[in-house]
Amino acid sequence: MRTKKARFITSMVTYGVVIALFIILTVMIDNKSISRTLKGQLIPICSWIVMAVSLNLVVGISGELSLGHAGFMSLGAFSGIVMSGWLLNGFQMEDPSLRLILAILAGGLVAGVVGALIGIPVLRLRGDYLAIVTLAFGEIIKNVMNCVYVAVEGKQLHWGFLTNELPGTLLLNGPMGAVKVKAISTFTAGFLLVMFTLIVVLNLANSRSGRAIMAARDNRIAAESMGIHITKYKMMAFVTAAVLAGMAGALYGLSMATLVPTKFSFNESINVLVFVVLGGIGNIPGSIVSAAALTILPEKLRFLQNYRMLAYAVLLILAMLLSNNPVMKSLLKKLIPWRKKPADGEEAMRA
Amino acid sequence: MVFLSNLVNGISLGSIYAIIALGYTMVYGIAKMLNFAHGDVIMVGAYIIFCAAQYWNLPFIVSLLIAMAVCTLLGITIEKLAYKPLRQATSLAVLITAIGMSYLLQNTALLIWGANPKVFPDLMNLNTLQLFDGQLSIKGEILVTIAANIIIMIALTMFTSRTKMGKAMRCVSEDRGAAELMGINVNRTISVTFAIGSALAAIAGMLLCSSYPLLQPTTGSMPGIKAFTAAVFGGIGSIPGAMLGGILLGIIEILGKAYISTELGDAIVFAVLIIVLLVRPTGLLGKAVREKV
Repeated sequence: MRTKKARFITSMVTYGVVIALFIILTVMIDNKSISRTLKGQLIPICSWIVMAVSLNLVVGISGELSLGHAGFMSLGAFSGIVMSGWLLNGFQMEDPSLRLILAILAGGLVAGVVGALIGIPVLRLRGDYLAIVTLAFGEIIKNVMNCVYVAVEGKQLHWGFLTNELPGTLLLNGPMGAVKVKAISTFTAGFLLVMFTLIVVLNLANSRSGRAIMAARDNRIAAESMGIHITKYKMMAFVTAAVLAGMAGALYGLSMATLVPTKFSFNESINVLVFVVLGGIGNIPGSIVSAAALTILPEKLRFLQNYRMLAYAVLLILAMLLSNNPVMKSLLKKLIPWRKKPADGEEAMRA
Repeated sequence: MVFLSNLVNGISLGSIYAIIALGYTMVYGIAKMLNFAHGDVIMVGAYIIFCAAQYWNLPFIVSLLIAMAVCTLLGITIEKLAYKPLRQATSLAVLITAIGMSYLLQNTALLIWGANPKVFPDLMNLNTLQLFDGQLSIKGEILVTIAANIIIMIALTMFTSRTKMGKAMRCVSEDRGAAELMGINVNRTISVTFAIGSALAAIAGMLLCSSYPLLQPTTGSMPGIKAFTAAVFGGIGSIPGAMLGGILLGIIEILGKAYISTELGDAIVFAVLIIVLLVRPTGLLGKAVREKV
């Protein structure tokens, strides 16, 4: 176990680096010394960082696998878009930043409520049920969002299921998704959301609740006998991650002019999982780096498009084999002698 | 009559799910892992049959046997390379490896056979059965699917209850440590389980593509996930449970698509999963296992 001081320093370095990067990028945007493609990617990168960090809370800190993280993003994106359109049409709220804040809050709220509804039946069970249920949930959301129509007329919101005959202007158009969205997301908002996510996740991980969550992950029976309410703490991690994913979704949705529900497929959930695994399970700064790198790289390596998912698949398998197989681990230690040894307690726990 | 024909279609689809679910449930029962790649083994099996029948003009039974052999080898190889080194690892690591394996198979198939869907040839050339003066017509493929399901079910039950290997499998699924102490070769038992599951996957691939003749690299993933749902529905680890869960799920899906909404067919299936976990987490035929501390 690392000392309190070491964890504090890691957190501070993470915040510092993110803030420094933001300042450098802002200056570069002002100087116009940044390429157009990279500039267009800045907001999506922020959303994917939030997605990766929040999924890491579930996978790394609470030790459960969620395969429907893109579903929460979808919920957040579409509720954020509806919120923003409703405020603009119904209340003539012109101020984009206030609208963006309310939209992000709405996205987080909807995703959080749905996350709690899914978590209650599933997190009581032990075993790999969360993985399969979140996967199913992602598919349900994709299907259901294909049939939802929302229109705004004055202050009234109309919504229809499988029917688009609604009065007023359509905000969500079933399989066509959201069209003519007023893009109001800014890079500054993205940065603030990343900071907010980091503060929430790092503080949760280093708190009493965070230690309870990790204890439940490492040894369920021992944690239970110490009086830790397993379901409660697993719920805490899962719902927090869902809220953050919803917020990331709203940020992402409001940065695009159009957004179709099929965008948030199982593949996107796996993408986020790849960010988490390659950044290091449980390693928050690692998630940030890998989310950013793996969003920028595919753009640069377009000619290798067909091999991208193949490479991801191989990387997932290799990462798991290298970090979990005893033979591979000792081999890795010989190859990379400066790799830090795991703490004694950790080894003892595995044994 | 429309209802009856939907019901028959549902049972047929459910039989395919049941055969796939057997692969999931056996592996889950014995290796305690969720083999995500199982659905993609189905896809590989279907492609092998397609190639054998279309390009090499082999007879139907020969191509099916080739596909079963290839899938068996593939299943054993996957187990040896990816899952066996992780026997002692956390279930999270195994699950992520299985997902990686699923993506590896899908994307390899994408590179070999391309993304364009292939039209699966009509291999069996069966007549349509007419009942009630032609009011209810049942396709030959449907009857074959249901018959195959029943045969596989009986054969597997006999295998697990009568043969030495089958008994070893049940022992390993009950208590791996104790089975090892009794001299059962656990690794071999797990390999055999993967082999049987993968051979069944080839049959399932053939049946699936005979009923729904569009073949592409993602063909196996969705039926695979639904079949896992069926396995959980029936009680994971239980062979009759997989059968019952598969058939019920097939009926629910077809009736849901026919009477509620076509777009929401998949959503209904997955909603069933969430409800089952809420009401009866062990599934219809599953036994609640007390945890010993």
